[in-house]
Amino acid sequence: MNISNLRATSSLKPLTRPSLYWTFADALVLAKRHLIQIPRIPEELIFATIQPIMFVLLFRYVFGGAIAVSGTSYVNYLMAGIFAQTVIFGATSTGIGLATDLQRGLVDRFRSLPMAKSAVLTGRTISDLVRNTFVVFVMWMVGLLVGFRPDGNVLSWVAAVGLLLLTSFAFSWISATIGLLVNSVEAAQSAGFIWLFPLTFASSAFVPTESMPSWLQTFANHQPVTLIVNAVRGLLLNQPNASTILQAIAWCVGILVVFIPLAVWAYGRRTAR
Amino acid sequence: MPNKPAILAEGLQKHYGKTRALAGLDLFAEEGTVLGLLGPNGAGKTTAVRILTTLLRPDAGRAEVAGLDVVKHADTLRSRIGLAGQYAAVDENLTGYENLEMFGRLYHLSGAMARRRANQLLERFDLVDASRRTVKTYSGGMRRRLDLAASLIISPPVLFLDEPTTGLDPRGRLAMWEVISSLVADGTTVLLTTQYLEEADQLADQIAVVDQGRVIANGTADELKTQVGGERLELTVARGGDMDAAVQAVRPFSSGEIQINWDRRGLVVPVTHGAQLLSAVVRELDTAQIPLDDLALRRPTLDDVFLTLTGRAATTGELPEETPADRPLVRSSR
Repeated sequence: MNISNLRATSSLKPLTRPSLYWTFADALVLAKRHLIQIPRIPEELIFATIQPIMFVLLFRYVFGGAIAVSGTSYVNYLMAGIFAQTVIFGATSTGIGLATDLQRGLVDRFRSLPMAKSAVLTGRTISDLVRNTFVVFVMWMVGLLVGFRPDGNVLSWVAAVGLLLLTSFAFSWISATIGLLVNSVEAAQSAGFIWLFPLTFASSAFVPTESMPSWLQTFANHQPVTLIVNAVRGLLLNQPNASTILQAIAWCVGILVVFIPLAVWAYGRRTAR
Repeated sequence: MPNKPAILAEGLQKHYGKTRALAGLDLFAEEGTVLGLLGPNGAGKTTAVRILTTLLRPDAGRAEVAGLDVVKHADTLRSRIGLAGQYAAVDENLTGYENLEMFGRLYHLSGAMARRRANQLLERFDLVDASRRTVKTYSGGMRRRLDLAASLIISPPVLFLDEPTTGLDPRGRLAMWEVISSLVADGTTVLLTTQYLEEADQLADQIAVVDQGRVIANGTADELKTQVGGERLELTVARGGDMDAAVQAVRPFSSGEIQINWDRRGLVVPVTHGAQLLSAVVRELDTAQIPLDDLALRRPTLDDVFLTLTGRAATTGELPEETPADRPLVRSSR
C-alpha cells in the first residue's frame, strides 16, 4: 500500500462561496446521495410502488363495486385518494433514513465536516420529494391502465400534482421529526407509520365521508388528508374548489411552519449527546 | 521549550444527566506526534474525541485543536480536522468512489477536485478494484480503510481516530497500523483512542491513560510499562519440587524482585526480553531437576495497567458512550 506523499498533494483548497450557496449545494449533494441508492435498495422501491399499486387494484376491483360515489366513476374518485396516500406513506422514508444515518454514525461524520448543518435534513426531504414525484408519475400511469380518466385541462392537473408534492414535503418534515425523536430505526419505522392509517383511511381518500358515522365524519371532514384529497380530486375532475384548495395549502404550510422548527430542534437535541 | 500544541485540553467536563463522562480531562499533543488515549469502554475516550471534533460542547473547561478553540471557532476548525470513527461511518449503499466524492464535495472541494481526490485516495488505500462496488460488499478492513480515506480528503493537519482497529482481525489490524504510521511520518498529528495497550505501544508517542473521565497516567509506552512492571515469567512448581531451588535457578534471569507465593507454589519473575530467555530458563530448571506444572511469559495488558494504577480491574465503571451493545469488552490479553 503506497500512501506516502499523502499530504504533499497539490492544492486541496475548498471553494469559497457565501454560506447561503452551501445551504443549497450541500443539500443537493446529500439529495443526490439518497437518489442514487434508490435502485440499489429494491425493498424500498417495492415499498414505494408495489404497495400503492396493490391499493389501486384492491379498491378498483375488490371494494370499488360496493362503494357508491356520485358524479363520476369510482376509479376516477379513487385516484386522488391513492395519490395522496402514496405521497404521505412515501414521506415516512424521511424519518427512517434519518434514524438510520444517526444509528450508523453518518450524522457524526457529516457534523464533523465544514458543511451546512441544515443539509442533513433538507437533503433528505428534497430527495424524498423527487422520489415521490416519480412514484406519483408511476401511479398516474397505473391509474390510466385501470380506467382513470382525468377531466379538465393540463394546467389544473399540474396544480394537482403540485399540491401533492407540497403534501409530500410537509409530511416529510413530520416524519423527520419522528425519526429524530425515537431511538432506533425500528421505532422510526413503526412510529412513523402507525398514525397514518387512521389519518388516510378516516378520510375521503377511498370512500365519501357521508357514509361514516357522524362522530367520525366530524373528524374526517376537517383533517388535512380529506382536504388535500378533495382539493386534488376537484382539480383532476374539473370541479376545482378554491376554498378547499386554500384550506389544503393552509394545512401543508401550517405543518411546515410547525414541523421544520421542531425537526431542527429534534436534530439539535439528538446530536448534542 | 515544547513545540506548539496541536491538541490541548484543559479541565474538560461533560455530564450526561447524572452520569459524569468527563471529570476534568487534560490533554496535550505536540504537532506531528501521536497521542494515544488508552482506557476501557466507558472511560470517556469517545466523549473527549466528540468534544475535540466539535460534535459536542463541553460543560466546563476548554480545548484547542490546531490553535483553534473547539467551541468558539468550531466552523473554521471543521476544515482542519479529520475524524474516523469506531464503526466505519461511510454510506454502505454507495460505492467507495461515490462515498469519497460525496465527502469531498461536502468539504467544499470543486467537483473536479473531489473526483480527482477520490481516485487518488482509493489508489493509495488499495481500494481501486473495489471502488465501483457498494460498500456493503466490503470486508471490515476495507471499510475501515475507506473510512480513514474519507477523513483524509483535505489532508487535515490533525486527525482523530476513535478506536480505529476495534473489531478488525489481526491482519486487518496490522494493515491499519501500517497506514497510520505512514500518515504520522508525513507530519499529521494524530489522536488515537484504543482499548489495547499494544496498539498504543505501536503507534503513540505519548499515552494518556483515561479512567472515569480523567487522565490517571501520562507518559511514553515504556514509562507506563515500567510503572506496571514490564514482562514477567510466571511459574508454578509441581508438588514435590523444591521451591528454594527454583528461586535460585531463575534468579539470574530476573530483572527485579521475584514474587513468591508459597501456597500456590508460584513464582513471578520480572524479566526483559523474556522470549529470548525462555529456553535458557527451561534448561536451567531442567538441570536443577525442578518439575513444573505451568510456565508462562506475560506482558503487561491494559488490565495490568489498570490494576496497578487504580487497584481495580479495567472492566468496571460503565459510562454511556454511543457505542453498539455488541462491542467487544476491554481485553488485551496476549
